[in-house]
Amino acid sequence: MIEKDLVVIGGGPAGLSACKIAAEAGMKVAVFERSFALGGQLVKQTHKFFGSESQYAKVRGMEIAKILIKDLEKTDAEIYLNATVVGLYKDNIITVYQNGRYFKVKAKAIVIATGASEKFLAFENNDLPGIYGAGAVQTLMNIHGVLPGKEVVMVGSGNIGLIVSYQLIQAGVKVKALVEAAGKIGGYGVHASKLRRLGVPILINTTVKRAIGKDKLEKIITVKLDQNWNEIAGSEEEIACDALCISVGLSPLHQLLSMAEANMLYVNELGGLVPIKTCDYETSLKGVFAAGDVTGIEEASSAMVEGKIAGLMAAKHSGFIHPEYEKLENQLNSELCVLRQGPCGEKIRCGLKKVGELA
Amino acid sequence: MIEKDGVATLEMVKSKFPKKEVLFRPKAIIECYQEIPCNPCETSCPFDAITIGSDINKIPQVDFDKCTGCGICAKVCPGLAIMIVMIKNGKAYFKIPYELLPLPLIGEKWQAVNRNGEILDKPCFIEGVQKNKDMTTIVTVSIEQPYLYEFVTIRSKYE
Repeated sequence: MIEKDLVVIGGGPAGLSACKIAAEAGMKVAVFERSFALGGQLVKQTHKFFGSESQYAKVRGMEIAKILIKDLEKTDAEIYLNATVVGLYKDNIITVYQNGRYFKVKAKAIVIATGASEKFLAFENNDLPGIYGAGAVQTLMNIHGVLPGKEVVMVGSGNIGLIVSYQLIQAGVKVKALVEAAGKIGGYGVHASKLRRLGVPILINTTVKRAIGKDKLEKIITVKLDQNWNEIAGSEEEIACDALCISVGLSPLHQLLSMAEANMLYVNELGGLVPIKTCDYETSLKGVFAAGDVTGIEEASSAMVEGKIAGLMAAKHSGFIHPEYEKLENQLNSELCVLRQGPCGEKIRCGLKKVGELA
Repeated sequence: MIEKDGVATLEMVKSKFPKKEVLFRPKAIIECYQEIPCNPCETSCPFDAITIGSDINKIPQVDFDKCTGCGICAKVCPGLAIMIVMIKNGKAYFKIPYELLPLPLIGEKWQAVNRNGEILDKPCFIEGVQKNKDMTTIVTVSIEQPYLYEFVTIRSKYE
């Protein structure tokens, strides 16, 4: 059995940040990433990030991924790619499946940074070819250089829906409309304004009722919703499109924690089932820490800060005190506080109160 | 309503502009209407003309006495929400961030577009194209002064 001081599960913004801090604290670290490359969702974010300089604001997500990976390569952390962690056990053992090989790793501490997966939407014919999750569209376009279609309708006006719509236009795709079931735009106004000036109609109080097509998507039927989210009869409209992109939120990838029977709580504001944590980011499983979207859906900027805190605390737990422990602890917590203190942070603050992380 | 359609009203736009007399020199117009956690405009300004403060969710305020219209903020703003505006000889000059292809060429005549995505009656002229390493190009355009509060971006050129 491989033995490490720290195992980090997930090589996205939270996981990479945790690795770096823990390695700096002197831990022997191994990171397990199920994809063929590190960086998580950052690698397909072609837009500039918000936040402040310490979270690489104004740098494009894909460039932030390069910075985090470079930082990690400077440490002696061991990187396992195409390596899916399939089991988490209470005695801090994980099982890994990599290239046909199945093996066990034991660690003094574990950081769960598995991220999130996309939610989908139920409507008639939602399995027609041409209907994608927004993340899949980003992967196709920005990683593999493949266009998802010629004429797209986006469902959902959160930041992902707004940003992916903009990226579709940059790739030369016509975005025919963005539909949003709520009565207002969910994401940042500046992203919405960018789309409006490019001529994309934003249809609020509207959802997809049905997809139509023989072998693949040909058109969709939208319907207006009233204030109680009920369909308004007779408000159906047809939009011809060969791709439909669903961006209706994310839910935390909690499965490993649930498997190990960590104390979990369903918190709507955090996107689903999340672990209950101490303020040191330790779950109810001793030595198992969690950071990033798996503990509640938020921006990548906060995932990076959370990852650093988890790395710092996992190191402390195992007797490795980071040389700048106190300074980092204060600084990172205040960074998070600043990121969350505005009106956009209200939802996450409310969710974190429910899991007891915020007073 | 901007929360419902993403379009700022004329009053909102005007609230971000200084008096017209001030615009004989180029000034940054920051169309940031919503408190979001973001402050690259403030930290990148070499003249300390933009203030957000320690709560990075606050709306940036421009000190038009200090702003030189250098355009650094327009290049770094992740929301593409900043343009540099100047009035000269009856024309309005804009430096706008642009991230689409093809890029315009100096001397071309392009369609001018408002915040609602509609094409304005008069075209605009491409006066400058500054490509940047970070891939946000800054395009300088001129248009007749009456479109000062309407113009926001460019669309395909006139054939």
